Amino acid sequence: MTDKKIRVLIAKPGLDGHDRGAIAVAQGLRDAGMEVIYLGLRLTPEQIAEAAIQEDVDVIGLSCLSGGHLALFSKTMDSFRKRSNKEVIFIGGGIIPKKDVPALKELGIAATFGPGTPISEIAGFIKTELERGSDDSED
Amino acid sequence: MKVMAGIQERKKEFKTTVDGIVVDRVYVPDNLPENEMDTSLPGDYPFTRNIMTTGYRTRLWTMRQYAGFATVEETNKRYKYLYQQGQTGFSVAFHLPTQMGYDSDHPLALPEVGRVGVAIDSLQDMEELWDGIPLGEVSTSMTINATAAIILAMYIAAAEKQGVAQNQLMGTVQNDLLKEYVARNTYIFAPEPSMRLTTDICGYCAENMPKWNSISISGYHMREAGATAIQEAAFTLANGIAYVQAMIDRGMAVDSFAPRFSFFFAAFTNLFEEVAKFRALRRVWAKIMKERFNAQNERSVMLKYHVQTGGCTLSEQQPLNNVVRVAIQALAAVLGSCQSLHTNSYDEALALPSEEAVQLALRTQQVIAYESGAADTVDPLGGSYYLEWLTNRIEEGIQEYISTIDRMGGALEAIKRGYIQREIRRSSYNHQKAVDAGEQVVVGVNKYTSDEPLDLELLEIDENVGRRQLERLKKLKSRRDNDKVRQILDRVRQAAGSEGNIMPVLIEAVKAYATVGEISDALRDVFGEYKEPSVL
Repeated sequence: MTDKKIRVLIAKPGLDGHDRGAIAVAQGLRDAGMEVIYLGLRLTPEQIAEAAIQEDVDVIGLSCLSGGHLALFSKTMDSFRKRSNKEVIFIGGGIIPKKDVPALKELGIAATFGPGTPISEIAGFIKTELERGSDDSED
Repeated sequence: MKVMAGIQERKKEFKTTVDGIVVDRVYVPDNLPENEMDTSLPGDYPFTRNIMTTGYRTRLWTMRQYAGFATVEETNKRYKYLYQQGQTGFSVAFHLPTQMGYDSDHPLALPEVGRVGVAIDSLQDMEELWDGIPLGEVSTSMTINATAAIILAMYIAAAEKQGVAQNQLMGTVQNDLLKEYVARNTYIFAPEPSMRLTTDICGYCAENMPKWNSISISGYHMREAGATAIQEAAFTLANGIAYVQAMIDRGMAVDSFAPRFSFFFAAFTNLFEEVAKFRALRRVWAKIMKERFNAQNERSVMLKYHVQTGGCTLSEQQPLNNVVRVAIQALAAVLGSCQSLHTNSYDEALALPSEEAVQLALRTQQVIAYESGAADTVDPLGGSYYLEWLTNRIEEGIQEYISTIDRMGGALEAIKRGYIQREIRRSSYNHQKAVDAGEQVVVGVNKYTSDEPLDLELLEIDENVGRRQLERLKKLKSRRDNDKVRQILDRVRQAAGSEGNIMPVLIEAVKAYATVGEISDALRDVFGEYKEPSVL
């Protein structure tokens, strides 16, 4: 990897207003040296996809605590993939029941982080995943 | 304080919470100089100990579990279950589309139908929600804000169908928009039109609903968003000041509406800080109402409030630990003399509560009420050197913030400048860092952790809930008089654009079975929509 800063988009799709976790993660990843765009709440999948492309991010973090995560995350990912071929890492957070995790993995959400996750764990995950990705593609 | 040679303490500094108050080794009479002694009795100004003379010896607090999910069918069943289990009041959780002014068939609504609350699109849903529950006999709290006027109109109309007049209705409508811009985030309109709707409701209730609390000024959500106990208390009272002033500015006499103002706070796990907070809150609000607003009616100066235990203190890891947290928090609420209480269920960091979990939460209140002795004497911790000292420190902290907000021009201005949001965000992040670093211990999360997974039976929302609700809505729209609906929606627009109180026309609109989404759209036509400014 070069010294280029990792670019992360954090956003809340849907109508859910619980933004404490998303904001804390955005602040924490920024403190961990990443370039973080916090897009805010009540966004449509299209708005998130457009912003991710414009900001040319490496990671898209989606947060949902309303129980609508399956539909909202998959729509957001579809919307992004329709517009871009870039390999980005999707991560999710919020109140995500364990039984939904396999379905989210299948969709392409690399990991989900529930309440109580240290932010260092999320930062570590992102760095490892990106390094692995670049090892695969380069040389 | 005496230096204890050779004796080490566990920590350099003891604090109530991460950004909280520094606590000394021991408290003695010297910590309470004469000018800081509050010897008032329960039921006497400034009501530090209790607003009532006899406290829970006359009547226990209302046990009121916040509940709602899927359609009215499932929620009505849950309400009847809770009532049968000994709950003494109702509290409605609405799904997000109802809170945000969208019908269930709106594209933004579809993934959220019935998820975090019950789907209410029209008066028909409201009528069926209360099927078999006599609205003249129960009290109901409704957590609804941006669409509060519409939902209150529906409640009035549903009660009327049961033969109960609005002046007989008991309950509360949250109707607190200021905190929505800070923490809860279910605003639709800009602060000014929101304030107009809020004061319309308060004015209407003052004239027509003598047993109804027209607003529940809420600190709970700010606390959940990361505020400290002092911040929660201070920002809530600052919002309270803004509402009282707004009512006075509309020409209302303070004693005509203030007796029906109510509040809503959180109880977290530091027992003493929470009890002290409730005592300080009663004292500061009484002083504000008497000294600043010159209220004469004793009921105008009494702070009465609902408490909910702290949702964000619940852990996903080792969820049974939450049973203990909730018990301590509920005890704090009771020792603090709350009027009504919701206890969270231990599985709520994972999902909406199962029936078994919510029963245990209710039982927690019942054990405190009937077995702990905490309800047998008024303000049992009053007179403890520590607690009295802590009450005074929290009062000081509240007063300091209120002065700062006054200098900015009041709560609305402080919110517009992002001041309150920034203060809370700082506390939230400091807490997060302290937990991540292990400085603030959360048992089962960053200490005494274990990997043994616990399989809980979680509540699952029926996958077909969206389809079922859409069918109901479609049927309703085909059966009602749609010309009448169009006409009444025009009148809603006119009323929104003029000075008068909007409640009467909204009651007519819901009776014609105009939906939450349709009425909200009519209001959007006049008020526009508010987009949050960038926060990070």
